[in-house]
Amino acid sequence: MSTILLIEQVLNGLQFGVMLFLMAAGLTLIFGVMGLINLAHGSLYMIGAFAAAAVAGATGSFLLAIIASLAAAAAAGALVELVVIRRLYDRDHLDQVLATFALILIFSEGTRWVFGSFPLFLDIPAALSGPVMLPGGIQYPAYRLLIIAIGLLIAFGLFQLIAKTRIGIQIRAGESDREMIAALGVDISKLYTIVFALGAGLAGLAGALVGAIQSVQVGMGEPVLILAFVVIVIGGIGSIKGALVGALLVGLTDTLGGVLLPGFFATFMEPSAATAVGSSLASMSIYILMAGVLLFRPTGLYGTA
Amino acid sequence: MKLRSLVLAAGLAALASTGLADGHGGKVKVGMITTLSGGGAGLGIDVRDGFMLAAKMAGNDNLEVVIEDDQRKPEIAVQLADKMIQSEKVDVMTGIIWSNLAMAVVPAATAQGKFYLSPNAGPSALAGKGCHPLYFNVAWQNDNLHEAAGAYAKEAGYQNSFILAPNYPAGQDALTGYKRMYDGALAGEIYTKLGQTDYAAEIAQIRASGADSVFFFLPGGMGISFLKQYAGSGVDLPVVGPAFSFDQGILQAVGDAALGVKNTSQWNKDLDNAANKAFVEAFQAEYGRLPSLYASQGFDTANLLLSAMAKADVSDTDAFRAALAEAEFDSVRGDFKFGSNQHPVQNFYVREVIKEGDVFTNKIISASLTDHADAYASECTY
Repeated sequence: MSTILLIEQVLNGLQFGVMLFLMAAGLTLIFGVMGLINLAHGSLYMIGAFAAAAVAGATGSFLLAIIASLAAAAAAGALVELVVIRRLYDRDHLDQVLATFALILIFSEGTRWVFGSFPLFLDIPAALSGPVMLPGGIQYPAYRLLIIAIGLLIAFGLFQLIAKTRIGIQIRAGESDREMIAALGVDISKLYTIVFALGAGLAGLAGALVGAIQSVQVGMGEPVLILAFVVIVIGGIGSIKGALVGALLVGLTDTLGGVLLPGFFATFMEPSAATAVGSSLASMSIYILMAGVLLFRPTGLYGTA
Repeated sequence: MKLRSLVLAAGLAALASTGLADGHGGKVKVGMITTLSGGGAGLGIDVRDGFMLAAKMAGNDNLEVVIEDDQRKPEIAVQLADKMIQSEKVDVMTGIIWSNLAMAVVPAATAQGKFYLSPNAGPSALAGKGCHPLYFNVAWQNDNLHEAAGAYAKEAGYQNSFILAPNYPAGQDALTGYKRMYDGALAGEIYTKLGQTDYAAEIAQIRASGADSVFFFLPGGMGISFLKQYAGSGVDLPVVGPAFSFDQGILQAVGDAALGVKNTSQWNKDLDNAANKAFVEAFQAEYGRLPSLYASQGFDTANLLLSAMAKADVSDTDAFRAALAEAEFDSVRGDFKFGSNQHPVQNFYVREVIKEGDVFTNKIISASLTDHADAYASECTY
């Protein structure tokens, strides 16, 4: 394996990681602040992608499509919070899982009803298609570099928001003691709606960014949702920093595991068996990582008990 | 405890959905179990629409069809099959898209004396030792389209192919099928995860491998993702694949990235025969979209059944089976006949993705395999 290939794969892992971060950030905030398990987070990801595809199809502008994905997912998130989620805060986690699972079904069939069963078209703008030459002779798709940049920018913005702003202070206070900040006069239900819409918007943005290089279809959110849960378990529930570190760890493990493990087994096994064993083990690698982290840090890397 | 509930919740993330059914009195009752909801719904909808179009065009009141949605889940398909056989008392079953669902339903249905006409799935297990007198495959054996791709690669003079497919039985059949006909070297052979949507790592390996061509079998959404990312990567090796990643339902979602790609199929809308012209025209008039190969397979399945109904009564199993085996109907593929294991012996073509106006579609550019039978027929004895 050449150094160039390895660097390219590390970039791929980073890009996958920052996308997971956009999903996991919302999920971990919602879970940390409100104590709510939101299985429908993957549906918000799908809504973002569909909104982007619809707007891009109508206007031809990728920038408008991205804005539409943020707006549509945030609006859907706020609506869902007001109509359904609000009634679930005091309930058992199992009730929340049931209700948000029902939301997945409603969103999936609703989307099929509006857009049909066939995948939609959403492509990256012409200016960003094709590769760029990085120092050291590495060819890398421009659009993926942009995704990495956007993801890191949003991570930075979120840290600033949580650390420096008034709303960030309220969010942190809400995580540690809900009753107390309500008693101090903070409008807790408004805060919940804002946090939920923020998380939903980030998921929608991730859906649109990824939808442009993958396929925009019903059910696209669920596989990502499972990985996002893995990320927040590894990172520690409620921690944005944990979500970022966890997402990058999962992204790198998944990508490099898939590339390096078959090669590793090929050094002492015959090629077809090595491919089979290597790819099976690679699919397990992130769960092995999760089990390993939990073994040594039961609350996750940055979690508090 | 927060964490425990969370892990539990993550395990629950999956999809489910509705079914639909209709029915009226008649002499042959067909139970169609196909995928009408979830990620693979486009394929089932096309098979159903093709089948129902043929039924409508024939106007035969003796044909009754019951349709159910399997949601692409084997356990649901098995339940539906039990219901259709025991309470609906169907005579003939059809509709299943996915090989793993076919393996769960077909052996049980044929063992209970029901005919099964497969409009899509053709697992090797049902073509060879596991063949059954009541099982007919109207589409192809799973390996066939990949064999056609391998034959094309050989003819095009490719010497060093990079091949990839998802890590599940049909994916392994695909690479086996390609290698059966292709005789160059392999620059790399990768099994990806089923349902994987990001192929950046694989594309980087293709770039570094020094291959002269790429063969891939990635049906549905996986193929859309791969082609879009491949087009953006700057790797410009020729790509060849089976028709599944280039059918009418998904080409519009792939867009320009698919233009010019060679793919292999047993059918295309420009095949020059009267039955096909009538089918393409009627399908567009009825549903307002171009038919896919899945729709053509559904259409042929219904016409095969109708041809047998005209000759024999379904209650006379031997006569009805003989009538099916004769396959005397106007297939949209042109000539159509069954081999000794009741799988098609047919021609395969190389198609190229083109743009007609605003619509992406396929055009036949050459023949790949003629009168091709599958590799398992000799293992089948009734």
